[in-house]
Amino acid sequence: MADTKSLSKRRQAYWRDNIRIMAWLMSAWFTVSYGCGILLVEPLNKISLGGYKLGFWMAQQGSIYVFVILIFVYVRLMNQLDEKHGFAEDEAPPLTSSDIEPDSKEDA
Amino acid sequence: MDVKTWTYLIVGITFAAYIGIAIWSKAKSTKEFYVAGGGVSPIANGMATAADWMSAASFISMAGLIAFSGYGGSVFLMGWTGGYVLLALLLAPYLRKYGKFTVPEFIGERFYSKTARVVAVACLIIISVTYVIGQMKGVGVAFSRFLETDYNTGLFIGMGIVFFYAVLGGMKGITYTQIVQYVVLIFAYTVPAVFISLQLTGNPIPQLGLGGELADGTPLLAKLDQVVKDLGFGEYTTSVMGSKLNMFAYTLSLMIGTAGLPHVIIRFFTVPKVSDARLSAGWALVFIAILYTTAPAVAAMARLNLSETIQPGKIGSAEGNLKYEQRPEWFQNWEKTGLLGFEDKNGDDRIQYYNDQNEAFAAKAAEYGWKGNEMTQVDKDIIVLANPEIAKLPGWVIALVVAGGLAAALSTAAGLLLAISSAISHDLLKGILKPEISEKDELNASRVAMVGAIILAGYFGLNPPDFAAGTVAIAFGLAASSIFPVLMLGIFSKRMNRQGAVAGMIAGLSITLIYVFQHKGIMFIPGTSFLGSMEENWFFGITPNAFGAVGAIVNFAVAFAVSGNTEAPPEEAVELVERIRTPGD
Repeated sequence: MADTKSLSKRRQAYWRDNIRIMAWLMSAWFTVSYGCGILLVEPLNKISLGGYKLGFWMAQQGSIYVFVILIFVYVRLMNQLDEKHGFAEDEAPPLTSSDIEPDSKEDA
Repeated sequence: MDVKTWTYLIVGITFAAYIGIAIWSKAKSTKEFYVAGGGVSPIANGMATAADWMSAASFISMAGLIAFSGYGGSVFLMGWTGGYVLLALLLAPYLRKYGKFTVPEFIGERFYSKTARVVAVACLIIISVTYVIGQMKGVGVAFSRFLETDYNTGLFIGMGIVFFYAVLGGMKGITYTQIVQYVVLIFAYTVPAVFISLQLTGNPIPQLGLGGELADGTPLLAKLDQVVKDLGFGEYTTSVMGSKLNMFAYTLSLMIGTAGLPHVIIRFFTVPKVSDARLSAGWALVFIAILYTTAPAVAAMARLNLSETIQPGKIGSAEGNLKYEQRPEWFQNWEKTGLLGFEDKNGDDRIQYYNDQNEAFAAKAAEYGWKGNEMTQVDKDIIVLANPEIAKLPGWVIALVVAGGLAAALSTAAGLLLAISSAISHDLLKGILKPEISEKDELNASRVAMVGAIILAGYFGLNPPDFAAGTVAIAFGLAASSIFPVLMLGIFSKRMNRQGAVAGMIAGLSITLIYVFQHKGIMFIPGTSFLGSMEENWFFGITPNAFGAVGAIVNFAVAFAVSGNTEAPPEEAVELVERIRTPGD
């Protein structure tokens, strides 16, 4: 069970999973924009998508749709990850009051 | 009703709504003033972020830029949307968990250094002020063209409106106003696009219309490629901007710059939870994507309409070109502003619009009796504003576009002003100069700071230093090369220390500034550029506007080199990193 482990162990495991999710999503982000939209645009332009050339479509339409999907996938995966490691938020964490000296050292 | 009456009516109604909201949502605490009380729902915040982010540049300039650069214009589309993926994955949730008010505050605490905080404040103010000047100018221009006031009166009205709701309501007022402004601007952008798409392709959805077919069965884009190529221009769907490397660097600069813009980052402090910050970034991009996927359709269709208006017949035949006498009304209106210019070089009373820089085509044109491109001035910024007139849409649509452009400029100006005022009152005054200040005094100080920022922006708006294009480069370059790397390192590297962060920010900032100044003039003063904007002097062919990516890489490299050779950060800084990495604990 997650909560029997020490906080620092749980944090480490959470962070490892988080980095893995990020790496996957960032490679998709790179592939659709820099990959399909810029580097591979000529070969992709040989394929047509309706009245569009595919490379041109990726650069001006497709990459934007994929970006939106990526963020919502990220939201979903991270919410699951928060649950799995016991880091889900029940209530809104209170914002630190502005009366606290901004440079004060805080405890976690 | 004529266009002018419609414009007064629609702009008047929207302005009344902004003021009404300001009165209803007056901020009473610093928390309400800086982060709207931290209780804005993710969808509402996403919508406000979208309005905050989409400025006069997105609304008015972008489609025009794409119209004249074709495929090369994709850098703006990908760059200004892909940055939200970086924001959502790399910054927003962690900064929300940190849970305070400003970006310099985080930098100062994470790097246990007032120097770092002051450097961050300086970057923030330079970025935001350059940006806000552009917005104020946009407000002045929109007023002067459509309400037929002079430029200065327009500017003062705009300043007055922003003053009223931003100073009174703070982030709370700004957020609710921005939601309304988003609705106004997106409606104003999509309505003409839908009409034009219907006219040309029969498909009401512009995103599909762009890939659709014209009445004669040829695909719109194939037709456009043909039309522009026949006039000696580069093929629309394949012409690159500079080189592939330049496009790569340009896109990267815009993405990193987006993720490093302080007024966008602080929006994620206004939602209740970390998970809401992630979701909010997703919603913001949905609302932005509606405009950004419409823009390429607007661009291509406007280019086609423009080309076919001027060159209705066969190229080279004597009757192929539009007679100057018969030019449409919108042509005449924009000629008056000087943004559209015609000179009858061959004295045939007809307009020839072609690429006379293309030698092969220029030779052919000479055979037709053409003596150079006669459209001596086609300002890219008029495309969106002129579009409804080119497509002969009714007066209320034109009025709507004006209200939309004003909403885009005002919402961004307000967000920027808030970022400036919080940096001054919260980071400089409370954080460094006078830590014992009471909340009430801080709130008053932030209002005074905002008034100061509005007056400064207005002053520059009245006396524009004539660097409209250059300011965009510098604002993005600075955000990309200073703020973004230091935030990312603060979250992802436990080893990064004070020395590394400060050295990285200064190095990234300086190299970007030097590169921009050496090609565009010191402080943009003409004649002081020591290498000129000549292409042969560009570093690997990268334009100054695209240099932010290189600045960011320099920032990262210097930060790692310096921190690796200095002592590790203290326990508290490491503990802060641990704490912000997990949402609930």
